[in-house]
Amino acid sequence: MSATTAGEAPKGIYHLAGSLRKERRWALLTAYISLVIAAIIFMAPPFYMFITSLKGSGEIASQIGSPWLVRDPTLENYTAIIFNPLFQRFMFNSIVITLFVVALTMVISILAAFALARMRFFGSQVLATGVFLTYLVPDTLLFIPLYQIVGGLGLLNSIWGLILVYPTLTVPFCTWIMIGYFTSIPKELDEAALIDGASWSQMLLRIFIPVALPGIIAATIFAFTVSWAAFVYPTAFVTTPDQMPLTIGVVSQLVRADTFAWGQIMAGALVAALPPVVIYAFLMDYYIAGLTAGATKG
Amino acid sequence: MVADGSHALGGMASRDRGRANAMQRFARRRSTIAFLMTLPLLAIIVGLVAYPAAYAIYLSTLNRRMTAFAGTLNFELLFESDTFWMVAFQSCFFAITAVVLKASIGFWLAHMLHHIPDKGQRKWRGMLLVPWVIPPALSTLGWWWMFDPSYSSINWLLAVISVPEVPWLGHHWWARIAIIMVNVWIGAPFFMIMYLAALKSVPEQLYEAAMIDGASSFQRLRYVTLPMMANIISITVLFSLIVTFANYDIVRVLTNGGPRDLTHVFASYAFQVGILSGNIPRGAAVSLFMFPILALCAFFVLRSVTRRNKEQM
Amino acid sequence: MAEVSVRKVVKAYEGNVQAVKGIDLEIADHEFVVLVGPSGCGKSTTLRMIAGLEEITSGEIAIGGTVVNDIPPRDRDIAMVFQNYALYPHMSVYENMAFGLTLRKFPKAEIAKRVNNAARILDIEPLLERKPKALSGGQRQRVAMGRAIVRDPKVFLFDEPLSNLDAKLRVQMRTEIKKVHQKVRTTTVYVTHDQVEAMTLADRVVVMNHGIIEQVGPPQELYHHPRTRFVAGFIGSPAMNFFPARMENGSGALRLNLPNGIVLPVPADRTARYQGAAGREVLFGIRPEHLTEPKNLERDNIAVFDVTPEVIEPMGMETLVHFWMQGAEICARIDPTTPAEPGVPMPLAADLNHMHVIDPESGMVL
Repeated sequence: MSATTAGEAPKGIYHLAGSLRKERRWALLTAYISLVIAAIIFMAPPFYMFITSLKGSGEIASQIGSPWLVRDPTLENYTAIIFNPLFQRFMFNSIVITLFVVALTMVISILAAFALARMRFFGSQVLATGVFLTYLVPDTLLFIPLYQIVGGLGLLNSIWGLILVYPTLTVPFCTWIMIGYFTSIPKELDEAALIDGASWSQMLLRIFIPVALPGIIAATIFAFTVSWAAFVYPTAFVTTPDQMPLTIGVVSQLVRADTFAWGQIMAGALVAALPPVVIYAFLMDYYIAGLTAGATKG
Repeated sequence: MVADGSHALGGMASRDRGRANAMQRFARRRSTIAFLMTLPLLAIIVGLVAYPAAYAIYLSTLNRRMTAFAGTLNFELLFESDTFWMVAFQSCFFAITAVVLKASIGFWLAHMLHHIPDKGQRKWRGMLLVPWVIPPALSTLGWWWMFDPSYSSINWLLAVISVPEVPWLGHHWWARIAIIMVNVWIGAPFFMIMYLAALKSVPEQLYEAAMIDGASSFQRLRYVTLPMMANIISITVLFSLIVTFANYDIVRVLTNGGPRDLTHVFASYAFQVGILSGNIPRGAAVSLFMFPILALCAFFVLRSVTRRNKEQM
Repeated sequence: MAEVSVRKVVKAYEGNVQAVKGIDLEIADHEFVVLVGPSGCGKSTTLRMIAGLEEITSGEIAIGGTVVNDIPPRDRDIAMVFQNYALYPHMSVYENMAFGLTLRKFPKAEIAKRVNNAARILDIEPLLERKPKALSGGQRQRVAMGRAIVRDPKVFLFDEPLSNLDAKLRVQMRTEIKKVHQKVRTTTVYVTHDQVEAMTLADRVVVMNHGIIEQVGPPQELYHHPRTRFVAGFIGSPAMNFFPARMENGSGALRLNLPNGIVLPVPADRTARYQGAAGREVLFGIRPEHLTEPKNLERDNIAVFDVTPEVIEPMGMETLVHFWMQGAEICARIDPTTPAEPGVPMPLAADLNHMHVIDPESGMVL
């Protein structure tokens, strides 16, 4: 469009339009170059993990040729890891912990967020701020006292101890973003429901939860990824392999043998990383919404 | 809204000579229900965050076997130890360098993404966020393998362009760089996504107005984009400072503190002292050193967030 | 269906800010009453107190003879249409309309009958399966009304229902609301800030300002016989012109002296009415249509004077002439065929049979 008008315009403006187009082309080129470089660097480690996981131990040990290529692809690492009873146990533990933690987190944070967003009561403002502050407290600040507390409850070396403490990682953030989603629902909607005859529980179940469903999905994804990836607490509280979730299990138990079974470790790490990646691939928009909601909502 | 009046309800009900009408009962019941609904949250905040935080302070004042009060002994011993000061230095160096790099790379990439046609953005964004999605402990394992002294695939690439072999995890400065590299690799995509969202929320008309006012692309960045994003930048940077400062996964997997305890950060050192060597009070003391810096960051985050909310109203 | 009584109702917020300062209002069965006033006048608060969304600080509200102060909204048997429609975004049009009945455990067949009936009245039958997102503003408005109709409540409450529509649709929906009311005859309380809406819809208009009721009456009465300066200025568009004047006794008749020397003789039939104001400063008020070219006013009690138009606004069926007089901007309405040009003096005539005289201290129309 600018080109056609520029053709008829006086010379000075023509130059300007031309430089504008050139500038735009340069900007686009820089953009693509930066993105390609970033993509290569960002994708290289997982790619290399994948390549390694396809190599037999012989090929890993031989230092001939590029390590970035696989000559003799094999799935033996994957079959070995998947049929490894220890790995199966890690997977089972991770699934149990994550299911419990996600369910607990969502119930707690939806109830609390609804109360904080809509039913103001004494101290609700303080509590909302408290939720945000709790979210800012990192797990590495608390694992030592929690170690004592969990130990006092006799839950060290048990997935139940982890199920008890994981909500500290998930609940504050999920509550915080659910408060954001709930407050963005217009007040008239509850008033309409109130006039239509809804009680508080009906309002929550039949109006708020369905309307804020995108937020709930985002929060659920967040809770899932956080409890799946949690590392500090299981490292601190679990020492027996049969109670370990995947993260610490893969890192501490598979990396044991004298000759590192790198193919198997990489296969294990990739299989362990698969659930969050798959969820991300299919629910990217919700994932990103949850990620950005913390700072922009609430 | 009924809710706005409910603060005063308690007082009003008593003044009204006990005339507790249905509306008031309704409202009062509502605040009881609301309190019950927040009770589990309250239990977590108080029982699993506030109480442990206070308990950590108590623990840090005990002697090694936790049999007697030792006052500030743990802190004094830490102050006298070279390792501790090294850990403090490494924590700050690591957090600041990593956050600055993450924020700059994230900003640059967000800007680049914002420039390309909308159609392709989704694809690129999807690809570039992958490092953030993989559980850090597991991707760090991949990096560890890439840094492996005898099989390093990075050194192999460097050899292609005739760069001599780098002792990635063998020398403490290279190990520190490796830790920062991994952290930047994981965290930069997060910044990119946050900044991209912020860039998208700047109304296009502002740029058009600036263009008509004769602003160059750099001036548009300086006078439109940056001021509009100032708040989100400060929130993400402070937030990331907290998380990075308290990072544990990378150090644990990559170096486990080595070589010669020179790459420990507060978190991994506290773990080493408190859990692995069994000196809980000393470990608690180490982790408490994170507190002032984190509290400072948290204060500023909270301020920016409130300010941002006020702006949006 | 029922009458609504509002008796000495006060709404005070924290810090003793009174939004509604003790109002009385009786609304008859089947009546369509419009509360109108500028923003912050307390009209919405009044409506929300009738709905039960806002607590009543003192006084009482009765619907159908029952005092409802202590009754929560769902048991008041009312239906409300909100400014932003407040349609449940996750429900289809059918589900939106059925929601209130479902919660009240109506049998399925009855719900279907009522929803379809309302959909027919509102002409939204083809939309029943759609989600609100897929509807235009006017359609959403209809659904919101449908949701109210299906309940067959005692009272309809409308809170600025047309403000979110564009001008053309607003006029159309206004007619629609009137049609629906004529069909279902449910007692209706309607809040708006738009006096045209109030005039066209209402059986009776309630003008509110600063938390009190200025005047209640049928639209024509409010227009021709405003009781206060506020009502005189608020009702009618373009608004009534006001200028300060002095009421003088002179040779057996009253006359109004304008500060710029123009003298307006008060019509003989009003002498008794204004006698009390003789010798005092008053406000003289006249509507634009009673300030027009002399040829349109060939009868008694006309005052003619020359003005210099500042701005001419042709509206099609009429032309508005704006000019300044004694620091006040005055608007006159003339025939579109009459030549008028900015800066060119022209004669205008005031029809003093329609003059209003206001006591500036009390703000009451004399």
